[in-house]
Amino acid sequence: MTQFGAVAYLVAAVLFILGLKQLSSPKGARNGNFTAAAGMVIALGATLPLLHFTTAGVIIIAIGVVIGAVIGTFGARMVKMTAIPQMVALFNGVGGGAAALVAVAELLSFGPHPAFAEAVPSVFSIVIGSVSFAGSMVAFAKLQELVTGTPITYPGQQVVNGLITAAILGFVIAVLAIASIPFSFVSLMVLALVLGVAFVLPIGGADMPVVISLLNAFTGLAVAASGFTLNNFALIVAGTLVGASGSLLTKLMSDAMGRSLGNVLFGAFGQARTGTAAAGKEGRSVRPGTAEDLATLLAYSRRVIIVPGYGLAVAQAQHAARELAELLEKRGVEVSYAIHPVAGRMPGHMNVLLAEANVPYEQLKEMDEINDEFKNADVALIVGANDVVNPAARTSPGSPIYGMPILNADQAHNIVFMKRSMRPGFAGIDNDLMYDSKTIMFFGDAKDSLTKLVNAVKAA
Amino acid sequence: MSELLNEFTFFVLAVFVGIEVISKVPTILHTPLMSGTNAIHGIILVGAIVIAAGANSPVSVTLGLVAVILATTNVVGGFVVTDRMLEMFKGRQTTKASAPK
Repeated sequence: MTQFGAVAYLVAAVLFILGLKQLSSPKGARNGNFTAAAGMVIALGATLPLLHFTTAGVIIIAIGVVIGAVIGTFGARMVKMTAIPQMVALFNGVGGGAAALVAVAELLSFGPHPAFAEAVPSVFSIVIGSVSFAGSMVAFAKLQELVTGTPITYPGQQVVNGLITAAILGFVIAVLAIASIPFSFVSLMVLALVLGVAFVLPIGGADMPVVISLLNAFTGLAVAASGFTLNNFALIVAGTLVGASGSLLTKLMSDAMGRSLGNVLFGAFGQARTGTAAAGKEGRSVRPGTAEDLATLLAYSRRVIIVPGYGLAVAQAQHAARELAELLEKRGVEVSYAIHPVAGRMPGHMNVLLAEANVPYEQLKEMDEINDEFKNADVALIVGANDVVNPAARTSPGSPIYGMPILNADQAHNIVFMKRSMRPGFAGIDNDLMYDSKTIMFFGDAKDSLTKLVNAVKAA
Repeated sequence: MSELLNEFTFFVLAVFVGIEVISKVPTILHTPLMSGTNAIHGIILVGAIVIAAGANSPVSVTLGLVAVILATTNVVGGFVVTDRMLEMFKGRQTTKASAPK
């Protein structure tokens, strides 16, 4: 490596670190993304002079970059804001796939008996990169609802997964200790792809954000491992930064759901659903309301707290929600939004959606900030949320969401529950709050319902 | 061996920096942050270009091409989608101090 290259990589690494730092404050976040992108450009620019290109090499790099840039730009520009989580999964997966392929190409070039220090990271990169690729694709398919969001389980699943893992370990040993031949490391890759699928299938759709975050960290580590194989510091530093911050983020996300990471990954969450959902439903009635009733209630309140959930996002109802909030504020009602850490399908997802609809930043309140205010609120208006206000998280130890911190919507004087139907939420469990005597149900698509309310409030 | 030790030093330091630098992120920025780090691991494009540059057989050409496509998608898509998310926070912090109550 030339001195110029080394300095450029150092600059790139510093820019990545500064970029991450800026990304963690609302003010600097957008600049942080540019800073990191600048680091990327410098790292790429510094690499090119170090290489000896074959003609074929130049051509495939040019073609590959153009195709990738078109797909990336198109995908990122076209995606709807509600579909962001699966888009992140997709972009993460392809990165993992690239890392695995780089490692395969390196192993091919090393011949049958590579140095241990190079074979170990290559093998690691193949396994982790492939798991990340396949796992991310399943996560994408689940969030996009191409496959069911409920956990897919079958008898003996743990045994099968155990066998796949054992076979992977066997091939790892074969590559490292016997001979690094294409049959061995291609088999390794195929098995790791199968493991990636098998690993994510039994995890419920509601837990996908945690899984994507984990796979994001995986890809980072696979990239760092590629850095060890290629003796490339930029890859090591950038990959490790992502691996470390991604792991921390994964932990923060499972903490927000009140569960351990182990429970998220291996608990086959949602399995208990049939039992819990069926029990205790019969004989209880809910109280449906009309738009006019609700409009009167809302218009003559002093304090309204809106609890937005994924239902609001799917229905693209964030604009209608803002319109309602503005109308109420004009009448002197104090309105704020209570944002649960995992509202939407990713931490921060709901803030992004509401920001898109120009909801003033200062009306968005995080859970800890607003939970004590529910008891002073006249109305908690729950729009397309469910699990994050389910009192079962506090009261019934048998429930799969027991222990998850929830919004205290049940303490408000009145509760308006806007929902498409009585169907349980993403976690697949029944919500007692719907049967509460203070609760009025308002059925329908979140956007239609909010629009009806807006018109009714205008008339009130 | 000393090169490996050097690399390992970088690795260990980067672990600490990675954890330290994001430990104070507000929840609202978790999604953009995940997306931003996702773009950063697109640095694998450097690795993909390294292997593609020397491609001289049908197998290495195929591997190189696919790796470059995947890695570029990761980088470009990652940064663009992060920017799209962050664009929405723009100019929204000015009145933060005037929260009601």
